[in-house]
Amino acid sequence: MSPRLSRRQIAWRVAQDIPDGAYVNLGIGMPEMVSDHLPEDREIIFHSENGILGMGPAPAPGEEDYDLINAGKKPVTMLPGGAYFHHTDSFAMIRGGHIDICVLGAFQVSATGDLANWSTGAPGAVPAVGGAMDLAVGAKRVLVMSDHTTRDGAPKLVERCTYPLTGVGVVSAVYTDLAVIDVTGEGLVVRELIGDMEFDELRGLTGAPLRLADDWRWLAAPDLG
Amino acid sequence: MIDKRVASLNEALAGIGDGATIHINGFGESGCPTELVHALIDQGAKGLTVVSNNAGDGPIGLAALIRAGRVRKMICSFPRTQYGDAFRELYAKGEIELEIVAQGTLSERIRAAGAGIGAFYTPTTAGTPLARGKETRKFGGRDQVLETPLGADFALVKAERADRWGNLAYNKSARNFGPSMCMAAETTIVQAREIVELGAIDPEHVVTPGIFVDRVVEVPNPISEHEAIQKEAVGS
Repeated sequence: MSPRLSRRQIAWRVAQDIPDGAYVNLGIGMPEMVSDHLPEDREIIFHSENGILGMGPAPAPGEEDYDLINAGKKPVTMLPGGAYFHHTDSFAMIRGGHIDICVLGAFQVSATGDLANWSTGAPGAVPAVGGAMDLAVGAKRVLVMSDHTTRDGAPKLVERCTYPLTGVGVVSAVYTDLAVIDVTGEGLVVRELIGDMEFDELRGLTGAPLRLADDWRWLAAPDLG
Repeated sequence: MIDKRVASLNEALAGIGDGATIHINGFGESGCPTELVHALIDQGAKGLTVVSNNAGDGPIGLAALIRAGRVRKMICSFPRTQYGDAFRELYAKGEIELEIVAQGTLSERIRAAGAGIGAFYTPTTAGTPLARGKETRKFGGRDQVLETPLGADFALVKAERADRWGNLAYNKSARNFGPSMCMAAETTIVQAREIVELGAIDPEHVVTPGIFVDRVVEVPNPISEHEAIQKEAVGS
């Protein structure tokens, strides 16, 4: 099989599916990379849960303003046309169904689109949920970006999540280092597969039944270094 | 004459007693009323219940209040922070109680307290461990969880500009929970970088109208959390 996609390549692949004009919220961590790979001909507005629409990239060194930060508490910039608002309005955007797309990481996704991404339930760990549960139920489409398997090789796409849930039946599609998979009423449907990977091999790395879409195709990502 | 200005941080905190519930604004360090929190440490109230998005980071502010053992219970969405071990240590020892609330629910519960809403249903947390023990009903074909208002005895908020009527304007994303917290507390206490004449804040630009604010104290150069963290890193 060909090598798995890098995280940048997964971010690139997610970015291709964000349409012109979309209001988008990127989760903390790996999803933040999506903003680096947007096609240039699209105007996309980024929302940050702490009260920003029209969020721009990180500032130049020395230009940081810690009153202008993203959900990960890192300094960002504001684009012309952007707006500030308070938290309750910000979560009205999220919970009221105004955000078109949210990209989140995951520990597990189930065959019916349940998402587990906030806690491993490990004893002694400090639980922390942030805005994940609001985004999971509120965004029109929840795209998950994740490695296909854990470091130990266990599937992250599973029949039922064993980790504590973030939301029930909320995930629209999963973008992994091996495939693009839609969550449908008839289960998980593989839309794209990385080059030369056998479908049966992907099945072996997945903990829930998979079906190959009639119009499936190879996933070709550019070499992003 | 209405004059909500007070001369000192200590005066601003008058009346906060042991066991009080306190809203503290902030998301990360933006919007944190750090000087008011430090004055609260000096003032000595203990057994506090604190409602804030995070549980403090670095050596200052809410983290210092927690480290001083003043907080009995934290109600927040995200107590894990990069440099903050004050909360983690006390939590591991069972010396601080924690109620985790989904961030949008936290903000809406605070708003509900300020807006006279008795309770509300939301799909957020339905089917998750955070809905345990709460009534869940189906509305519009979706499971929704009953949530109650989250008011406070006091709110501590940082603003950029204030006037003597208590009108507030904030700086960029530092407003975060401020407008909802100002509505929801019995007594709202604001530290502002600048107190200006009435009318100097364009009425179109007032974010929190003064009716929601009780006391205003000027703190021209508030401490920065990331600078405190950097200083500590250099010093150690």
